[in-house]
Amino acid sequence: MAEPTRPRLAVWKFASCDGCQLSLLDCEDELLAVDEALDIAYFPEASSAMVEGPYTLSLVEGSITTAHDVARIREVRAQSRHLVTIGACATAGGIQALRNFADVDDFVAAVYASPDYIATLATSTPISAHVAVDFELQGCPINKVQLLEVLSAFLAGRRPAIAAHSVCIECKRRGNVCVMVQGTPCLGPVTHAGCGALCPAYRRGCYGCYGPMETPRTAALAREWQALGVAPREIRHAFRSFNAGAEAFREESEAHDDQAT
Amino acid sequence: MTTKRLSVDYLARVEGEGALDLEIEGDRVAAARLRIFEPPRLFEALLRGRGYVETPDIVARICGICPIAYQMSAAHALEDAFGIRVEGQLRALRRLIYCGEWIESHALHVVMLHAPDFLGYPDAMRMAADHRDIVRQGLEVKKVGNEVLRVLGGREIHPVNVRVGGFYRLPTRRELAGLADRLERAHELAVGLVRLVATLPFPDVERDYELVALRHPDEYPFNEGRLVSSRGIDIDIADFDTTFAERQVPHSTALHSHVRERGAYLVGPLARYGLNFDRLPAEVQALAREAGLGPRCLNPYRSIVVRALEVVFACQEALRIIAAYEPPEAAAVEVVPRAGEGIGCTEAPRGICWHRYETAADGTIRTARIVPPTSQNQPSIEADIAAVAGSVLDQPDEVIRDRCARSIRNHDPCISCSAHALRLRVRRR
Repeated sequence: MAEPTRPRLAVWKFASCDGCQLSLLDCEDELLAVDEALDIAYFPEASSAMVEGPYTLSLVEGSITTAHDVARIREVRAQSRHLVTIGACATAGGIQALRNFADVDDFVAAVYASPDYIATLATSTPISAHVAVDFELQGCPINKVQLLEVLSAFLAGRRPAIAAHSVCIECKRRGNVCVMVQGTPCLGPVTHAGCGALCPAYRRGCYGCYGPMETPRTAALAREWQALGVAPREIRHAFRSFNAGAEAFREESEAHDDQAT
Repeated sequence: MTTKRLSVDYLARVEGEGALDLEIEGDRVAAARLRIFEPPRLFEALLRGRGYVETPDIVARICGICPIAYQMSAAHALEDAFGIRVEGQLRALRRLIYCGEWIESHALHVVMLHAPDFLGYPDAMRMAADHRDIVRQGLEVKKVGNEVLRVLGGREIHPVNVRVGGFYRLPTRRELAGLADRLERAHELAVGLVRLVATLPFPDVERDYELVALRHPDEYPFNEGRLVSSRGIDIDIADFDTTFAERQVPHSTALHSHVRERGAYLVGPLARYGLNFDRLPAEVQALAREAGLGPRCLNPYRSIVVRALEVVFACQEALRIIAAYEPPEAAAVEVVPRAGEGIGCTEAPRGICWHRYETAADGTIRTARIVPPTSQNQPSIEADIAAVAGSVLDQPDEVIRDRCARSIRNHDPCISCSAHALRLRVRRR
């Protein structure tokens, strides 16, 4: 076997739920083939054999919330030819970025009796706020088929073919009846595709877990929500969840703050 | 006196970031600390002020491996606060989706994270080179668990179909019938896995755990029951705080739990099995005996057999629920929020997951408290490490490290959950 020529894969974790790296282990039918095509050199969740870098491709899950992790992500970048972020935490800061809109000391004190022991930053930030990122795969969690496409693309030296359009297109393809026209508020029109329009297929509105699509018209959608009778607080929360730190969603959520007009 | 510190800086094959520190003074273990440096994500704080409708979706993100556990405990707690009961077929569907999570999570641990320890491999991929069938069978079982989650929940990780009051969309009989064929196959494979893992080489160890699990009048527990222990605790889930206490320790971002009067306790498959053996179907009991287990198992290494048995049970239970399925009239019972306090406790794959919420009149979350399984197990895991390290102190550091890391993996810790990565540092003095 051409052992030394196989590209070396590393999988890193920062503040996260482990779900996006689990997507790789959830490729039950493809995992052994992936292992043959790639040298899985560093993937502590799956293997105690941890091979030192450099790595051809690093997949990074999670957001940056500690000073230690600020330094660690720089080391990861230095050891990686390509760096791809996987999921909403790594790409937009994740649900833990809700602290960015609050007083972090107040947050820590709400959870821990001795907040002094807890070393955490005031913000949860995406990987791209700290180092250069070669590709961002959105989703909370990511879609494992898209993850395989990303791996294939980097193996072949091409850009991943990941559509940047909205969930609406997937909804039409799936033949869903639009939930908005039935009066259910939905973030689908501004949300990046990738989930397969899951929530509308399960008779609920999209809650935006794939983050903003390319050039989302968030203000226009917020007006539609208002017309459906949704209160400003609910609109704020809708944009301020798993991708609260993504610029387009952050700005729209701030437009519906209590003090905003 | 010689002092020595040994450490495992990043524990492998566990979910999340932790390390292990061991301090050895002469010929005794002075301290064993499971050091959890998983960055805290502060869920209890970020939930304040959020709506009850979005709470099951938010708490799912505590753990990508057991999101259903968080969704279920939250849904039950909020229903408790609002004075709602979810019964009949909707209750059965909740058990069904939970079966999917147990199958997926346990199969992952049995084959991919735990078995390599017994067979001497760093991971399942390398193990597959010599034991391809085991890995393939394990992955196939895992896949069926994920299919249950996908049909009922929309997707495997962070399913979208669970809500306070029930579900957003009901599965059709046809969708469930398709699952039944797959579950029959998974059941057969899981029985084979039990027989196979029962032959692994197990260290002859028994630990003196106080086992804690839910206990239901007729069922092997998923969503409901009283909290019981092997030392006589038998309380309503609402009385958790009178019997158990959480404590913060400097070396962990996960709070430690104790039985107030005594100390460490254990939750998870060994506890569930040991306290509910009589609630398992006769065939599963017979399979357990065939695999060399009595009605209680206190050998943490043999937890791999108990997990495989629980997969067999979950496949059977899922098939029973599907056979009896009659689509109910509505996907959810009517939810009218009110100001109140509610408590939920369900059996995550790794043990009890306890939630408490206070709500405002419109259902807004005023306060949240979440006690995940792994944080409850930390003191027992540390006691296991101290004991195993004490028995191999004359061995090279690499052996000590390996045995300690194995002791931790016996409990399938989910550190992402508990802190809402493991390093082993050994210090000899």
